[in-house]
Amino acid sequence: MNTRAFIPFGIFICMIGLFAVPLLQGKDPAILPSAMIGKQVPEFTLPMATGDGKLATADMLHEGKPFLVNFFASWCVTCKGEQQVLAKFTQKTGIAVYGIDYKDTKKDVAAWLERHGNPFRATGFDEAGRIAIDFGVYGVPETFLVGGDGIIRYKHVGALKQSDMDSVFGPLLEKTK
Amino acid sequence: MIIELAHFALALAFVLSLVMAVVPMWGAAAGRISWMALGRPMAVSLCGLMTIALFGLIHAYALSDFSVLNVQQNSHTLKPWIYKISGAWGNHEGSMLLWGWMLSCWGFFLATRGRVKLPPALHARVLSVLGLVTSGFILYILVASNPFLRIDPSPREGMDLNPVLQDPLLAIHPPVLYAGYVGFSVAFCFAIAALIEKKVDAEWAAQLRPWVLAAWVFMTLGIMLGATWAYYELGWGGFWFWDPVENASLMPWLAGTALLHSAAALEKRGSLKIWTVFLCILAFTLSLLGTFLVRSGVLTSVHSFASDPTRGIFILALLGLTTGGAFLLYGLRAPHITIGTSFKPVSRETGILLNNVFLFTFCATVFMGTLYPIFLSALDMGSISVGAPYFTATLTPLLVPFAILMGIGPLLAWREASFVSIRAKLYLPLALTVALAAAIALMPWPDRVFTVTMFACAGWILFTTLSDFIRKTQRFTQIRSMPPAYYGMVMAHAGIAVLLMGATAATVWKEEKILWMTQGDTVAFAGKTLNFIGIRPDVGKNFTIERAILSLQGEKDAAPDFLLPEKRWYPAQQRELSETALKTDGFAINYAVMGDQDKMNPLRRVIRLYHHPLVLWVLLGALMIATGGLMAMASPSKSTSPSTSSAARKVQA
Repeated sequence: MNTRAFIPFGIFICMIGLFAVPLLQGKDPAILPSAMIGKQVPEFTLPMATGDGKLATADMLHEGKPFLVNFFASWCVTCKGEQQVLAKFTQKTGIAVYGIDYKDTKKDVAAWLERHGNPFRATGFDEAGRIAIDFGVYGVPETFLVGGDGIIRYKHVGALKQSDMDSVFGPLLEKTK
Repeated sequence: MIIELAHFALALAFVLSLVMAVVPMWGAAAGRISWMALGRPMAVSLCGLMTIALFGLIHAYALSDFSVLNVQQNSHTLKPWIYKISGAWGNHEGSMLLWGWMLSCWGFFLATRGRVKLPPALHARVLSVLGLVTSGFILYILVASNPFLRIDPSPREGMDLNPVLQDPLLAIHPPVLYAGYVGFSVAFCFAIAALIEKKVDAEWAAQLRPWVLAAWVFMTLGIMLGATWAYYELGWGGFWFWDPVENASLMPWLAGTALLHSAAALEKRGSLKIWTVFLCILAFTLSLLGTFLVRSGVLTSVHSFASDPTRGIFILALLGLTTGGAFLLYGLRAPHITIGTSFKPVSRETGILLNNVFLFTFCATVFMGTLYPIFLSALDMGSISVGAPYFTATLTPLLVPFAILMGIGPLLAWREASFVSIRAKLYLPLALTVALAAAIALMPWPDRVFTVTMFACAGWILFTTLSDFIRKTQRFTQIRSMPPAYYGMVMAHAGIAVLLMGATAATVWKEEKILWMTQGDTVAFAGKTLNFIGIRPDVGKNFTIERAILSLQGEKDAAPDFLLPEKRWYPAQQRELSETALKTDGFAINYAVMGDQDKMNPLRRVIRLYHHPLVLWVLLGALMIATGGLMAMASPSKSTSPSTSSAARKVQA
């Protein structure tokens, strides 16, 4: 038996193992870990996307209950499907969802919310994308779960599906309470 | 109905491929001629069935049959017809079907063209292994990515009309690249058959080489098309980004290049036997790995538009069984294969061995850079990405000795050579290289050390290759007596030199400007004057256009060049897309992209301008490399191989 001839086999098996680990763990490689998890939600004050008034961090925190912050935009195609999922979620759990409209125009976002539904208690208008940077947002849509204490618990990248709400946000919310 | 027929054909193809994997192999083992002979009609029928399956899907796309889920998800009635058809393989399921179809096509050619030359037992075994690989792929399509599923009730409109993918180059880039990826499966089958027979010799290599060359030419063209597409469509002003998906295609190309050279040494001299078998397996493994990386979503990149962990596990299992099995067999059988013909430390064989060591190192370096992030994440050590700085820093130093070798290697004689005998041939190329390097060094441009090094490498390759070429073809009789493979080699090596120069010039001497411009503004750019004339609206087939008109004027009275970058608005998917404007200027390209509008002043725009000198040489070089491969394929191995291979056998005995 010539063991040297088995070197390629050995290396290959190790490599397969390394590939298999993340796949079998079911980790979605699209999820980039957020540096914001476990940190206090950023301080901001934004004009409302629809109507007058302002949305500030303090407004979201004063009830002391957990809430969701959803970054979206009217030009974002995948954001459309989220509206119903979010609406169902607030109905079921009773927690507030705040929207932050990212790099958009007020006219477009009003029409868009009209068409696709508005599940948000209030929507901030982040025209320059400045607040998105504070949240560490890579792109829209992204959704944050914030505890009643103002600590960011979870971040979801990409469009929310019903299954995400049932299997991730729901259980996490239970724990947060 | 046609979809069901196609689905049935695919299922039948699976059964057939399983039979093909067993019967001819068994026949070869048991010495039954009639069983071995079944491989040929089976491979032909398999190709027929796969063709029915693929055309069934294309038919559904052409007619926009939205009762087929795959069509509904990936097509739209507003698409121009050509993109409806290319949409059939623009998605995951369809592209896997294309993969399987190409595999069966290679099987078809292997069955029909390989018959005359290959010994019957080897032929039967090669076809059987191909049948086995095909069955794995078809099973994957049927179970994990079936494009033939229906939806009821059928929607009236399709969902996707992704304008980024509506591009003529992107319609042909994947099929060409896939043909290359899949083509290395033939080399793999040859390797497995040889390991089963415990026989690797010059004749085997002579039969193998044209298949490797064909796959490699497709691969070269596929990579070139992909780079060209990225250059003008993505609008980042570059043609190679060391993106994981690009690297995934570069790795099998590098392994295939190594294989070409080692197969040549084996064919001519009977050397490097086991190593050639290893490279056959490696090239196909890297092809499968490329598919795995793109399709599993293990790596995220601009290209990974379809990813799904379950599919990843299936492809990984397929990869594990195919390559794991192959390397296991390799471990068991390699010690039984006779040692190849020996050679002296200074000889063409040594040159080729060193070439292989370098190419293998390049490949391993790209492999590490591409997969390091995965390994880190597998070990829970965080997410990182590896970019151009790593590849430049690791590959450039290796390029210098590699280039020197590339100049000298082809001058060395087989078996035994001496530096003294070739020394005289190197004076002129050396002088020319020094002159070129000096000329570059005198130019007032940045990154001087890097640029001079790269140009010296490219010049050395070019001058040694050309001077040898001129010396060997001085007389008419010599021209005809040189084998076509030699001309192919000259062409491909010169292509590498041209590509290196083009890539260096385009990166180091590029000019970039990103600026706000308002109608009527002028700016000095690339030694010319650029004038923003204005913006005109227009309409396309399924989009509206805002077109900027930029004129680029050299001399006062010279006719200006117009650059017309566009912003297109696709209402169906509420999507905006930039169309870059390209104008060639000699071998340079002037490139303009229109960016966002100033909210306060609608006439004011972000304009991005790029000037890439010699960038067309990159394209030219790649075309020369592919042409070189084609020329080498024409090589009549008959005229040279029987004599040398019988000589090689004598040496072994």
